[in-house]
Amino acid sequence: MMPNMPTETTASIFVIFGAACALLLIATIAGEILRLRLSPRGTHPAVETYVTRLHSWWAMVFLLSLALLTGRTGVILLFAFASFAALREFLTLTRKTKADHWALIGAFYAAFPLQYIFIWFGNVGLFSVLIPVYAFLILPILSALRGAGTNFLSRVSETQWGLMICVFCTSHIPALVTLDIDGSTGRSVLLIAFLVLVVQIGDLAEYYLGRKFGKTRIAKSVSPKTQAGVVWGTGFAALTGLVFFWITPFAPWEAMLIAIVIYLIGVGGSLVLAAIKADRGVKNWGHLIPGQGGFVDQMDSVVFAAPVFFHLTRYLHGS
Amino acid sequence: MRRIAANIAGQCLALFAQFITAPRADWRGIEPVNKQRIYFANHTSNADLPILWTVLPPALRRVTRPVAAADYWLKTKARAFIGPEVFRAVLIDRRTEHQTEDPITKIVQALDEGASIIIFPEGGRNRSDDPLMPFKAGLYNIAKARPDVDLVPTWIDNIASVMPSGEVIPVPLGCTVTFGAALHVGQEEAKDTFLTRASNALVALMPQREGAP
Repeated sequence: MMPNMPTETTASIFVIFGAACALLLIATIAGEILRLRLSPRGTHPAVETYVTRLHSWWAMVFLLSLALLTGRTGVILLFAFASFAALREFLTLTRKTKADHWALIGAFYAAFPLQYIFIWFGNVGLFSVLIPVYAFLILPILSALRGAGTNFLSRVSETQWGLMICVFCTSHIPALVTLDIDGSTGRSVLLIAFLVLVVQIGDLAEYYLGRKFGKTRIAKSVSPKTQAGVVWGTGFAALTGLVFFWITPFAPWEAMLIAIVIYLIGVGGSLVLAAIKADRGVKNWGHLIPGQGGFVDQMDSVVFAAPVFFHLTRYLHGS
Repeated sequence: MRRIAANIAGQCLALFAQFITAPRADWRGIEPVNKQRIYFANHTSNADLPILWTVLPPALRRVTRPVAAADYWLKTKARAFIGPEVFRAVLIDRRTEHQTEDPITKIVQALDEGASIIIFPEGGRNRSDDPLMPFKAGLYNIAKARPDVDLVPTWIDNIASVMPSGEVIPVPLGCTVTFGAALHVGQEEAKDTFLTRASNALVALMPQREGAP
């Protein structure tokens, strides 16, 4: 545990951890009952996927809570690893030729570690421009030096997009730890819990209620998300924001509004990433999280919401 | 002592390969069970063998020996350790004037000792734009010599992007190894017919990515 983390913050993390465990316990008991009834020999695909997903959820709740308790170090290490895995998944599916090899090396071995080093030092000025400015300008130079070739612009943009989503956006989740809220960083680690809870609970509500009650899809041919699902999701996200307003610097109504904004951006994020998957003809980004697919599949919505949440919070309460 | 060092080096190599490429095995046509097999795979990069070796479950890895070029693997001390000792490769000299014994005899001998075999039937790294180069006769001769052993087409995908030929630093990108359904050489089957059939079975495993060139 970080010595400089206030005990009050630690206590809050345990409260949230307890609430998440309680929810998962209910879901797990429900899953085991379903399994006994519908899938005693492990043959019912929907039930088995649900149970596998729950196992992944347990692992994620424990890992994230542990990271939050260790403070800045744990959080940055956890999300740096997730970023790396996501970037690997993303760039596996992008167009590239031999000429891009040094640009890819630059992405993995320079842009990615530097971004997290700048986050570690909490230098907003540096981590806000490293990828959108310096990586954006320098990586295509490397590709051009190695002989450009066909589809140059698409290759360059696809690599840049991978960096933006998987490194820039993802790194804004741990960046929340560095926010100086009304004069102190003591409670900013809880903002990560708020972001993840709001977006994930909204997503889960949209998934399990929307697929059941919804009919009209919000983006045909891209995603099975339905209008009714997104309405349910927004409701649950707003409620989660209201319930957990006390871990943020926001007033209750503020927390609710921000929850709605970040949930909706998150929905947009998963639509965009689903569109890329559809374009590349794959179902999942990767295979490393059992029942969920890859890291990008798991984090798509949170990753889109993170920079928006970071800047909203910084604008409203940063000092 | 060298045996232990080779084991440890093998573990480290597998860990490194897993970290860089998170390779995934797709057992599409066969199960990952301990059965004698000849895995024949496409070859584009020096990283092919480590990746294929890494995705094999440890129990299978222990009984699987790659067929590799002696002229490559005996060139330096490090290679002479990794090739023959870590991978326990069956070393074949591609230069006929250096051959002291018939390569096919050597491979068949390894099969008779119970080993499974990894072979790259193109006979060298594919630097062309085609997915596969024409197969050499070796695969046919081995199949004829031991017709009961399963021949498993094994497609290694994406290695060329991880480490294009001529590059030394690997880029971490995902790789997939797809194992197809086993084939056997027909009793009357001619060499060229068989090699085409085997080659087609291997190309059929190549993932189709729409939108990507």
